[in-house]
Order: sequence, then structure tokens, then C-alpha cells
Amino acid sequence: MEKKNLVNPEDKNIGIVETKYVTFDDPADQLVLESGQKFGPITLAYETYGKLNKNKTNAILIAHALSGDAHAAGYLQGDNDPGWWDNMIGPHKAFDTDKYFIICSNVIGGCKGSTGPSSVNPKTGKPFGLDFPIITVSDMVKAQKKLIDYLDIKRLLCVAGGSMGGMQVLQWAVSYPEMVASAIPIASTMKHSPQQIAFDEVGRQAVMADPAWNQGNYYGKEFPEKGLAVARMIGHITYMSDQSMEEKFSRKLKDKDYTFSFRQDFEVEGYLRYRGDSFVKRFDANSYLYITKAMDYFDVSGDKFIQWNKKYDMNFLVISFKSDWLYPSYQSREIAHQLKMKGIDVTYCEIRSTYGHDAFLLEVADETNLIRPFLEKVNSISEKSSKGLK
Amino acid sequence: MNEIERLDYKIISNIIETGSNILDLGCGGGDLINYLQKTKNVRVQGIELDENEIYKCVAKGLSVFHGDIDDGLKSYPDKTFDYIILNQSLQEMIEIDYVLEESLRVGKKVIIGFPNFAYIFDRIKLFFRGRAPITKNLPYEWHDTPNIRFLSIKDFKDYCRKKKIQILDNFYLGENRKIFFLPNLFAPNAIFVVKK
Repeated sequence: MEKKNLVNPEDKNIGIVETKYVTFDDPADQLVLESGQKFGPITLAYETYGKLNKNKTNAILIAHALSGDAHAAGYLQGDNDPGWWDNMIGPHKAFDTDKYFIICSNVIGGCKGSTGPSSVNPKTGKPFGLDFPIITVSDMVKAQKKLIDYLDIKRLLCVAGGSMGGMQVLQWAVSYPEMVASAIPIASTMKHSPQQIAFDEVGRQAVMADPAWNQGNYYGKEFPEKGLAVARMIGHITYMSDQSMEEKFSRKLKDKDYTFSFRQDFEVEGYLRYRGDSFVKRFDANSYLYITKAMDYFDVSGDKFIQWNKKYDMNFLVISFKSDWLYPSYQSREIAHQLKMKGIDVTYCEIRSTYGHDAFLLEVADETNLIRPFLEKVNSISEKSSKGLK
Repeated sequence: MNEIERLDYKIISNIIETGSNILDLGCGGGDLINYLQKTKNVRVQGIELDENEIYKCVAKGLSVFHGDIDDGLKSYPDKTFDYIILNQSLQEMIEIDYVLEESLRVGKKVIIGFPNFAYIFDRIKLFFRGRAPITKNLPYEWHDTPNIRFLSIKDFKDYCRKKKIQILDNFYLGENRKIFFLPNLFAPNAIFVVKK
């Protein structure tokens, strides 16, 4: 069936942006992690796009997926590639920077400017490595909350994100419901299934099996490239679908004939190796271990998610994709179902896509057709209620 | 079709009490729930299977759930909604018994609107021309119709009697007015309010 493309073709990019950093180094600012451990000081890398209005009611937090970072839109000086969700964030786009103030921060445990295992441990003067504490999605959100407080925003108009970003969205609704007017979890889940944990564990084992990993103590030495590349290759397979791989590669060969060797005969082999190799250049192996573990620990199912006795003033837009087998639609439908059963306003849509899990980065037109009117609705509700308060 | 729809919207809006909690099964592009939200102070929610219709609903600022009836009704406690609406969707459903049973369980009252297959013009077309009728209330050719149930007002009443479903009210609709005389023959559309 045909789908209407309602996205404005004249959408513009937001241009040059800058990554900012904030450090919370007051002892009182230490995070009490879910594990019980106290941790700090922490630094967060973040970017903002658009303008915060006078009443500070138009702020939207974008949460990134496993390998993402704070650079969600626009171009960094001297960079050729825009941010990871550039086609969704900008003037007249789904997250319209003419109307909203968009914030995106790198999670703690990451390696793109926020405190993570590759950061220097102030106690030893060396990178943390495995001395970095185990963090969870709720710890990531706790750190983000510090940033939102620092920006002096009392209530977010929306928290949105896909995959692990969707988990942070749900965690925001659980941890700070009074600070969230609306939430958009995309291609996500309330908890990892054993299959999802299994894929993560294979990736972690690939990293840890690399002799260069050296118990996480490889900084300044040889990097566990092979292991991390294999982990990324496995991950990448789970992001695509049978159909998208067929369309992209089929059984196409790199050369005319089989080489009858273990060289890269098939295009898909070359593609995976390329993906693996380019990933190791931009990602830290220990961050991969910590972040995948955080995702595996994540569980806001059942009463942890929405409690019966609490009053919630939130709107949800839950989006999934038909061909996503890493985060199948049933998991998103369950999120929407739980919300609906507990009387929370929710819209659920399963977008027909063949791109698999990657669809959340690729199905821009359909996502925009859902997100833009949804944000307009919650924005007008929030404007009405803020006027009512005066 | 538009005029009939508008009349049935008006009738449904009149049936529903202010402040009601409503679920529209097969809400399509959300025209009816949008109308109800505008004309009455009610809480409405739609369930729809067609993705493109979902986009139309969201564009109107409505809350919809993409899925089939199973997704929509399972595990709701009894009598969660004041009204369940099945307007112009019953004739497209496969599991009629299940859908109606579940609707009657989850809704205090159920509003059902459907095209009357015994309408005189449908009969004439079938009888004299020997062809499946294409009329305003059945505007599809046999091969591309979403309708898989062809029922009449009498059929529906028989069904309710058999299943012990209580008919609280009924409305028979012409193009732009209510029909009171021999509805099974002269009304192309019907709306029933039922409960169990």
C-alpha cells in the first residue's frame, strides 16, 4: 500500500553546532548508583538546538541508542557528516527547532565526552577501565536529570528516543514522572528478553576473548579491535532484517567468482567487516561492555513502570516497526497496553517497514507524520495548563 | 456516504452522555471520535488496524491504538468503558461472536452501526440486474469490498434474540433522515444500542 509523504522537502539543517560539557564536581552532586555505590564527579557532554522559551516549557530531551552520542543534529565544525538524528531534528522537522529547545546528552558510561571507563579516574590519574562502576539505565537518567536541573528546566515537554534511547525515555517516566509531559519510546522495550541478553552477551564475550582486551586495561596499549569489531558485526546483523539484507546484498559477490578461500567473497561479508572496522575507530571496547550490561539490567516491567495508585499527567506515543526482530513490535505493544490499562493517554503505531531495527533511523517520513502532530498536541495542552496556572 | 455518516455521527453523539469514556473499535481516520470529542465532553480512544488511518488520527490529535480487536480488548476489566462503538465495522469482522462478546463485557453499552443489506435498492439491483449491488451504503465491487458480512436489520435482531443481547434503542437511517416505516426495506443503515 502507498504511504503519503507529508514531510516538507524544503526542510533545512540547523548548521554548525557545538558540543558542550558540564562537570558536577561538588561532593553533594555524587550519584548514588542503582548498585548502591556512590560515584562522582561526573562530566556530561551535551548539545542543544533551538531556543528555550521564557517559561522554559518547550524543552525536549533526545536520548541516544547504544553507540550514539550527544551530537544528534547539525554539523560539528569541520565535520562532513551530520548528527545521528539530523533528519528528524531541525527547522520544520519532526522535532522542530523553530518551536522547541532540543537537548541531547551522551550517557554516562559512554566514550563521547561523558564520564565512562575510558575517562581518567581522579584517584589514580589513569583511565578507569574495569574500576568504573557498573551503571544502569536509571543511572544514565539520573545523570541526565542533573543536566536538566543545571539548565534550570522544571518540566520536559517530551523525552524521546529509539532502542536504548527508548529505555531511557521509559526510565524518565518511571523515575521523574512529574518532570515529563510526554514521552516517545521508539523500537524499545520495558525489559530485555533472553534473546536480547544473549546477543549482548555474545558481543561482550567477543570483546573479552580478544587477548588485547587485557581485563579492560588496554588504554595506551594495543586496543581490542578484533573483539569489538566482531561484537559490532553481530550487532549490525540484528539491526537489519532478512528482507533488507536481501535487497541490499542478495548473494552479490565482490569479484566475479568464488575464491574458494576465507577471503571476503560476498558483499555482505565485506560490508560487515567494514562496519566492524569503522566502529572500533570511534568506540571504546569497555564502554561497549558497560552499556550493553546496563541494557540487560534494565527492567521497568509490571508495577515498576506505572503504579496504579499514582496520578500521571503524561502523554505517550509508542512506535515500533514491523520487521524489527531485535526489538519486536510485541514489546512496544506491551508498553502501550500497560499504559492504556492504567488510564494513561497513549497512541501506538507499528510502522510498516522492511528495514528491521534500523528503521528508527531511516523511516523519517512516517515517524515525522506521527511525532510532529503529537508534539503539537502536547505543546498546546502544556500551554493551556501553564496559562491556567497563572 | 458523507450525509449518512453525518447523520449517524449526530445520532451517536445524541446517544452518548457527557463525561463518558468511549472506545471506538475500527475507528478509521478518527472522524467519528474527533466529532464526539468536539461536540461532547467525552474521553475517546480509537483502535484501528490500517496504518494509514492511524496517521490520519494522529494528525487530528487523537489517541489511537494500532492493532486488531484482540489487542484492543484483552485484559480490560469488565465494564471499563461506558460505550464501545462499532460503527460501520461489524460487517468487516471475521470473529463476530468474539468481538461482540468482548465488547459487551468491556463496555457498559455497545453502539453498533451497519449497512442494511435488505435495503430496497440493494434488493432491486440484485433481483432485476442479477448483480451484487453497488449503492451508496455498499459502495464496493464484489472483488474489492472490505465487507464480508451481509446482514439485514432483521438478521441482527434475530441474532440479539438468540444470544440474549438486550436491545436498548434502535435508529434506522435514510440518506439524511430517520426512517420509521418498514425499516428493513427502506433504511440503508441502522444503529443499535445494546447491552448484556
